[in-house]
Amino acid sequence: MLKEILFRFLVGGALVSVFSLLGSLFKQRSFAGLFGAAPSVALATLSLTVRREGAPYASFEARSMIAGAAAFLVYACAVTLILARYRTSTLRTTATSLLLWLALSFAIWLAWLR
Amino acid sequence: MKVTFYTGALRKTQWREFGVRFLFGGLVTVAAGLIAKKFGPSVGGLFLAFPAIFPASATLVARHAREEKEQAQLTGSKRAPAVAALDSRGTAMGTVGLIVFGVLAWKFLPRHNTALVLIGSTLVWFCVGATLWWLRKAIRTSAWARRRRRRTA
Repeated sequence: MLKEILFRFLVGGALVSVFSLLGSLFKQRSFAGLFGAAPSVALATLSLTVRREGAPYASFEARSMIAGAAAFLVYACAVTLILARYRTSTLRTTATSLLLWLALSFAIWLAWLR
Repeated sequence: MKVTFYTGALRKTQWREFGVRFLFGGLVTVAAGLIAKKFGPSVGGLFLAFPAIFPASATLVARHAREEKEQAQLTGSKRAPAVAALDSRGTAMGTVGLIVFGVLAWKFLPRHNTALVLIGSTLVWFCVGATLWWLRKAIRTSAWARRRRRRTA
């Protein structure tokens, strides 16, 4: 169990770092921002899940991921709007808006996937 | 509308910042696995699209913008959130690609080679995000050119 957690941590951390490194190479800020929504956690989790639990289980996880990604879209639009219009603190805005992501993703899950 | 590389950004980025992203990424991946184990894949799957590193990377982007302004003896209190908003706008376009990634993985994982599906879905994620970015730029550039022509006419 501990070995699996450590393996997940290393794979997830490595993939997130690679995408983040790729993003920092682009000069245009808005283009580099694309990498903020890279499927790094999904790649790490799905590849490990297929090996452990099988492809149908991973496919079921990917279906729920669509709801999480839709909530991420609304979250990112809300953060863009708040930062551009009100010039608030970036850390405070992005961190508190995570509640919006949580509420929305569960709302979509309840309406569509439960 | 050319996308240009800037390797100098790597020199500006401290290794501690990559360490923070590694830590966040690792923790979220572990959390997604544990949540799936406890509550099932239906709930666990939501966290595959958790904005894992977005708050950290947007904050670092804002901090770099503020530091640049401070070096020029300016406060940067207005510039920093504006630059973070640009980053966030790109992320919003990336999330559309992330939705497509989820659909492809959902539909093709049970019947096809895992590596092929994941690599293909990642390429599609990038193409969708990049196309949206390019489209937005093209629309804005042509609108700007139209306004300019009208003003000079």
